[in-house]
Amino acid sequence: MIPGPFSYHRPASLADAVKLLADLGDDARPLAGGHSLVPMMKLRLATPAHLVDLHGVDDLKGIRRDGNTIVIGAMTTQHELLASGEIRQSLPILQETAALIADPQVRYCGTIGGNVANGDPGNDMPALMMVLGANFRLSGLGGERDVPASEFYQGAYFTALEPGEILTSISIPVPPAGHGYAYEKLKRKVGDYATAAAAVVLSMAAGKVATCAIGLTNLHETPLLATDAANAVIGTSLEAATLKQAAAAAEAIMAPAADARGPVEYRKHVGGIMVMRALQRAAGRAA
Amino acid sequence: MNDMTPTREQRTAALEGMGCKRKRVEDIRFTQGKGNYVDDVKLPGMLHGDFVRSPHAHARVKSIKTEEALKVPGVLAVITAETLKTVNLAWMPTLAGDVQMVLADGKVLFQNQEVAFVIATDRYAADDGLNKVEVEYEQLAPLVDPFKAMDQDAPVLREDLAGKTTGAHGPRKHHNHIFEWTVGDKDLTDTAFRKAEVTIKEMISYHRTHPSPLETCQCVCSFDKVKGELTIWGTFQAPHVIRTVVSLIAKLPEQKIHVIAPDIGGGFGNKVGAYPGYICAAVASIVTGKPVKWVEDRIENLTATSFARDYHMTTEIAATREGKVTGLRVHVLADHGAFDACADPSKWPAGFFNIVTGSYDFPTAHLTVDGVYTNKAPGGVAYRCSFRVTEAAYCIERAMDILAQKLGMDPAELRLKNFIKPEQFPYHSALGWEYDSGDYHTAMRKMMEVTDYAALRKEQASRRAAFKRGETREIMGLGVSFFTEIVGAGPSKNCDILGIAMFDSCEIRMHPTGAGIARMGTKSQGQGHETTWAQIIATEIGIPADNIMVEEGNTDTAPYGLGTYGSRSTPVAGAAIAMAARKIKAKAQMIAAYKLEVHEDDLEWDIDGFRVKGLPEKFMSMKDICWAAYNSVPPGMEPGLEAVSYYDPPNMTYPFGAYLCVMDIDVDTGVYKVRRFYALDDCGTRINPMIIEGQVHGGLTEAFAIAMGQEIRYDDTGNVVTGSFMDFFMPTMVETPHWETDFTVTPSPHHPIGAKGVGESPNVGGVPAFSNAVNDAFSFLGSTHIQMPHDFWRNWQAAKTLGAVA
Ligand SMILES: Cc1cc2nc3c(=O)[nH]c(=O)nc-3n(C[C@H](O)[C@H](O)[C@H](O)COP(=O)(O)OP(=O)(O)OC[C@H]3O[C@@H](n4cnc5c(N)ncnc54)[C@H](O)[C@@H]3O)c2cc1C
Repeated sequence: MIPGPFSYHRPASLADAVKLLADLGDDARPLAGGHSLVPMMKLRLATPAHLVDLHGVDDLKGIRRDGNTIVIGAMTTQHELLASGEIRQSLPILQETAALIADPQVRYCGTIGGNVANGDPGNDMPALMMVLGANFRLSGLGGERDVPASEFYQGAYFTALEPGEILTSISIPVPPAGHGYAYEKLKRKVGDYATAAAAVVLSMAAGKVATCAIGLTNLHETPLLATDAANAVIGTSLEAATLKQAAAAAEAIMAPAADARGPVEYRKHVGGIMVMRALQRAAGRAA
Repeated sequence: MNDMTPTREQRTAALEGMGCKRKRVEDIRFTQGKGNYVDDVKLPGMLHGDFVRSPHAHARVKSIKTEEALKVPGVLAVITAETLKTVNLAWMPTLAGDVQMVLADGKVLFQNQEVAFVIATDRYAADDGLNKVEVEYEQLAPLVDPFKAMDQDAPVLREDLAGKTTGAHGPRKHHNHIFEWTVGDKDLTDTAFRKAEVTIKEMISYHRTHPSPLETCQCVCSFDKVKGELTIWGTFQAPHVIRTVVSLIAKLPEQKIHVIAPDIGGGFGNKVGAYPGYICAAVASIVTGKPVKWVEDRIENLTATSFARDYHMTTEIAATREGKVTGLRVHVLADHGAFDACADPSKWPAGFFNIVTGSYDFPTAHLTVDGVYTNKAPGGVAYRCSFRVTEAAYCIERAMDILAQKLGMDPAELRLKNFIKPEQFPYHSALGWEYDSGDYHTAMRKMMEVTDYAALRKEQASRRAAFKRGETREIMGLGVSFFTEIVGAGPSKNCDILGIAMFDSCEIRMHPTGAGIARMGTKSQGQGHETTWAQIIATEIGIPADNIMVEEGNTDTAPYGLGTYGSRSTPVAGAAIAMAARKIKAKAQMIAAYKLEVHEDDLEWDIDGFRVKGLPEKFMSMKDICWAAYNSVPPGMEPGLEAVSYYDPPNMTYPFGAYLCVMDIDVDTGVYKVRRFYALDDCGTRINPMIIEGQVHGGLTEAFAIAMGQEIRYDDTGNVVTGSFMDFFMPTMVETPHWETDFTVTPSPHHPIGAKGVGESPNVGGVPAFSNAVNDAFSFLGSTHIQMPHDFWRNWQAAKTLGAVA
């Protein structure tokens, strides 16, 4: 559990960071909170020759509202998300999810940018970003571009990030007032990644589901949008049979790995349960 | 006498002696980050060592190339088995009479086995170096399942034992067989089963787990070439034993070896044995002439240093229809991994597993244990239990529940019916122990009363009905556990380690001002000895505990002792302390008699000094006696006031307890909630109730972890899949249930202060309580036994197998 040798850089501006990454090439990695990257380095599963620490770049910090969009700087920590009045008001599901990530120590350091850029199927934020229709702003030598969360994840640890690109901010459209939401996460203990988790954002009209999006965490090599499951509940009042149908539709797209959290069959089964519970809890919260 | 004269109560309280909830004196430094652990030892020029480890469970080592590693800046040397052979240290003896490779000699027998030791100027360079050591392996078929170890075609693991049909504990039946251990009367037991009206039989497994102390195993070795002396700072639960072992295997005179165990961050059995890291660091220091530090990381600790349990216990009980037990038969398959590195007293290959008759009056019993080798890490140690007592308690407590279920009896009632009765003590068990004392019925009834056991059973019945009607998806379980521990190893008539009898010792030296120092052969790893040992002395000789400094862990200054594990410190060293204190008191009485000008027999002890019988104002305090001991002793008496006691206990002590766990399980996810946990412990005389409570909390938390998910698991090829705290279940404060503690007091009749051990009781008694709760929850769906650990997915799987989930 001792990392290999590396050199450390701390640029003061985004431009410098981008340039450094370009100059240093493939052997360089951005460093955010370090709570995914450093453990991998300690196991020598990651052996970057250069770390480019983004903590000196002020532009990457902060939470602001821009009309109907919340813009969150990539270097915003999970703790800051939990402390933000703006997030509490507009995106309460973000706080519900952040509070289920690891423990306070990890949340003081871990950033939302690192969480979504990491590409680990166990991270909780990515599926939620898909459900919320978030856009990721990426900056590289060639300029800036926006990639929707739903197109960002390509495989375990493979994302749309090009080498040298930095994720600078995340834009999330504010869900309509009165929306219902829930993040249901089954884990073995505090600090554990999800055995299975489901994110739901929905709206109700006249006792029936009007809109719905469902995301799944750690049930596939990438986060998933369970579109069929969401469609199955639209127009219903979430009767027991409908919930089961949604769970089955969600299970149909899951392909988790067997690990110490349980065999594939179990993880899929509880994935379905998380979907049902999240739907019920979200509906209960919707106005 | 004026108003300021303290009352008897005040004088007693001022001592902070036995029975006082004295605050832990060691916590002053621990809570301020001022502890001094092995990793705090930093010596000038100190080097660092780290291991190249095997990625394979079973492979032949074809070659080890170190050239590239030696080119890494800072790397000074790489030690392999070939190097160690030049000093005859490629193999080392284990405490269980086996031998173990220090570094891979020709082959590797478990994943993460030590293959080479890289020595460098710092820890980073050592790690860079070990990544450059090239080892060529030829993989061999791994043997993971102990039940296949003695198959005809099972791979040969221990080529070094080829042709050896006898091991340290008698004949070997197979190339992967270590020993067979048999106790009890087979014929009588067979007869009991033939005549039995009711029998049960179940294979009850206690899975492999690990003590995983917060601080991993580590040492600093420093060899002084000029003096020819070796100093070892290490995380040792038994420093003197380590000194003797080092002396025997390194052929160094014992007085030239200094073993120092500084503050230790938890041991739980993990730090009793000797590990390759110690040998390699010592050899590295001898070779380089510099101090060498070796510190395990968490993965190494979990995967290479001693595991615990891995006992597979086929258990049968014979009984009458009314529920009187008439016979017990147990066969254990014991998986020891690649080397038998158990840390048991030498003549006890399965520890004290023959306590398996538990708290019950079995007229006859028969036990056999077969130890086997597999391609797993060597062990297994007693993880917060006296040797194999946890396994035994789990075995009998689970089996009693299974019998109750078969008889349609309440498990608590069945136990009450079969308990050894108070008047039967001292009780001779069918498997050879003499239980010193106990009052099981009182403890059990108190548990049932305080928890309102009857009401809980009623609630369970109505919830079961509701479950069957489909109104709830939760099932409720009540886990009863009544354990008898056997601790305090041990009497020289049956316990030794490598030929050294398992006494323990105390040396007390009083200073002129009424203060003193006490040194012991034990070694606290968190148990609070500095606090409690002083309390015993305070009560015995009437000097405030605050004035007694307790020192342990330095073999140069401490009297020889066998160390701390197996809940032996209070039963053995605690007795030595009382005996040494009584020697001090006896001399003090002579001094007091002289000073008060009366005959010794005219004096009586009064809290903190001697008083002349019938003349209450003629009193000499112990504090004043200490002063007198250094300037005005009676003619002919040597000055000074000190005493040493080496205590060879006449018997073990037998703490016991009644536990109840109330658990709810969601069958759809397997998620459980411990609603309530009640633990009544009887450890005889209670020295410090607060420390006892702390010990019970800690042990119960471990028991909870073990029963509910803490496991060292291997896949089919012998890869460890639970090698870090990401997967090895270590509960946090959030998962840990609330503990309710209670007690009864049945003093040990043979112990000078009537005390028994307590540190391990909660681990021993807790595991069956949790497991019985899970099993009890599922029993109405038709199951008799579900194996541990009971983590979420396994609970769900049980529910599914029983048809409770689709
Ligand atoms: C004990 C423990 C438990 C945990 N449990 C959970 C959990 O339950 N759920 C969960 O979601 N997470 C969990 N985590 C992970 C934690 O949330 C991490 O903080 C997070 O995954 C990564 O964020 P970071 O800021 O620490 O990123 P880092 O570790 O610094 O970086 C992660 C990766 O993203 C890249 N990166 C970071 N920032 C950027 C950027 N702005 N642009 C481009 N690339 C970037 C890095 O180069 C690296 O490859 C846990 C971590 C620990 C140590």
